[in-house]
Amino acid sequence: MDDPVAEATPALQALLGGDLLEVTLLTLFVSGSATVISLVIGLPIGTWLALARFRSRGFALSVVNTGMALPPVVVGLFVAFTLWRSGPLGSLNLIYTPTAMIIAEVIIAAPIVIGLTVAALGQLDPRLRLQLLGLGASRLQMVWWLWREARLPLLAALMAAFGSVISEVGAAMMVGGNIRHQTRVLTTSIVLETGKGEFAAAVGLGIVLLALAFLVNAVLTQAQQRGPGR
Amino acid sequence: MTHEADAGVAAPLVELRDLVVRRGARTVLDVDRLAIDRGETLAVVGPNGAGKSTLLLVLARLIDPEGGTLLFRGSPVERGAELAFRRRIGLVLADPLLLGASVLTNVASGLRFRGVPDAEARTRAQTWMERLGIAHLRDRPARQVSSGEGQRAALARAFVLEPDLLLLDEPFASVDPATRTKLLDDLDDLLRATRVACVMVTHDLDEAVRVGDRLAVLLDGRVRQEGAPEAVLAAPVDAEVAAFVGTETRLPGRVVASGDGLATVEVGDHLIQAVSSLERGGRVLACLRPEDVTIWADPGAGGGPAPGGEAGRPPGPAGPGRDAGTAPVSSARNHLPGRITRLVSDGPLLRVTVDCGVPVVATITRVSATDMHLAEGGAVIATFKASAVHLIHLAT
Repeated sequence: MDDPVAEATPALQALLGGDLLEVTLLTLFVSGSATVISLVIGLPIGTWLALARFRSRGFALSVVNTGMALPPVVVGLFVAFTLWRSGPLGSLNLIYTPTAMIIAEVIIAAPIVIGLTVAALGQLDPRLRLQLLGLGASRLQMVWWLWREARLPLLAALMAAFGSVISEVGAAMMVGGNIRHQTRVLTTSIVLETGKGEFAAAVGLGIVLLALAFLVNAVLTQAQQRGPGR
Repeated sequence: MTHEADAGVAAPLVELRDLVVRRGARTVLDVDRLAIDRGETLAVVGPNGAGKSTLLLVLARLIDPEGGTLLFRGSPVERGAELAFRRRIGLVLADPLLLGASVLTNVASGLRFRGVPDAEARTRAQTWMERLGIAHLRDRPARQVSSGEGQRAALARAFVLEPDLLLLDEPFASVDPATRTKLLDDLDDLLRATRVACVMVTHDLDEAVRVGDRLAVLLDGRVRQEGAPEAVLAAPVDAEVAAFVGTETRLPGRVVASGDGLATVEVGDHLIQAVSSLERGGRVLACLRPEDVTIWADPGAGGGPAPGGEAGRPPGPAGPGRDAGTAPVSSARNHLPGRITRLVSDGPLLRVTVDCGVPVVATITRVSATDMHLAEGGAVIATFKASAVHLIHLAT
């Protein structure tokens, strides 16, 4: 067979030349940051929702569950409205920056973290809380040990949140603009290359995206499946 | 409600005063006073739904009551001091609720909460696991132990804390009877050895009597009676308590004569005698425990007496060859003839309900039942001592 690289389209060549690494790293940075921020915001909120009892709790849970199903492109639309120069937060000059993409992706991922945290803690025996407190645990210690008990579904929540943002293209497009060297990520590149007819390049990008997702999830799954511990 | 209160005695270890707990419109608990002294085991008994678990959670400062104070060593447990108080107690709930870690980690968890260094915590946990006979389960994942072993681990987890107060919520409810007996014995030994104050909540009267130094009967959120187990069982204070503590024969009647420490009570068509100083004319409920009633085959039908539930009673002049027409030889003052309406198995014993015009319940051994050829519809005589009858005075 002939040299496959020579046979590749010019677009694919350019990609493999230099842009691919940059695009991949930006993808990891944007989606990774969004996932971590969603975790930092979502885990405490989800924990509180799971453990607290208040009158509008049912309503709050419905809102969260609806949030899990928000279409990314709609999120992107509303964030774009807000960040456009003519919008309310236009003076921040965030539109078409990776920061804007992270903001949008946090709005997509946080409800997933919150909703799945509530589910994860909700399946623990409700008396476990009382038992831990009755052994002298402080509220913080109790929460930590509950998280430990629910680490399987909590790690699944993390993987779901990461999956939701690394794979979305609507919000990244709307608020990022797919600007080369600035806001171009793997998903938006795939759309671009397909639009240009460069199918080989698009497929190549798709494979890289899949590999990335698989790698991250493999690490998280390892952490999740580690045995019952000491 | 009776309790020993002596001006010269030190304050109890833990005291609840004027406790009120509500859930919605319902008052779940309404307790004027409940006290636990150092070194004693208080068994709180009641049916399901009586509020026992709620009471325990209030004692653990895990529920905020609508009213009332919790005093520890004479001082109220203030807001903000709850964690410090909870670190002086140990709680064991009905299910072991072990974490997904090794048994040793579980037993050491309470110590870790208190900041005890890991190595020391594990050593102390190991010691207590040995005392509870589960040292071999050290590294076993807690999810893989039997319910009896799990409950031993939960007990070790509480005892290792060397708490001032141990709170047990139906600790043996989820364990099979054979394991439960062994666990009860071990718990009893440990409580005596460590002399830790303990409140054990249970719906099982036998457990409560076995382990408790004092018994408190909780019905519908109120403590109806408190005292030594034998005293509560022998002298229930009202009809509901009598029903709960197993006084199955409860006969309404009226005192028709009184004197020399004996009261004659008209019950249905019979006159029975009870040791009592109640006055003539009072309306009463005459109560009898089944084990205090002896069943004899009716002389007209032949046969001998049944050695009843009374332990140590000498066998009467009985035997298959007894001639008909001889009345039962018994020191009991009360003899009620009747017919057996029910004969029900109760473990190694039989529970006999006799219709003497009023229902009387007795327990007898299977052997006696067979010897006397007892069967439903058979004619018998129920006898019981005057001292076995407990009279509850009813409002006139």
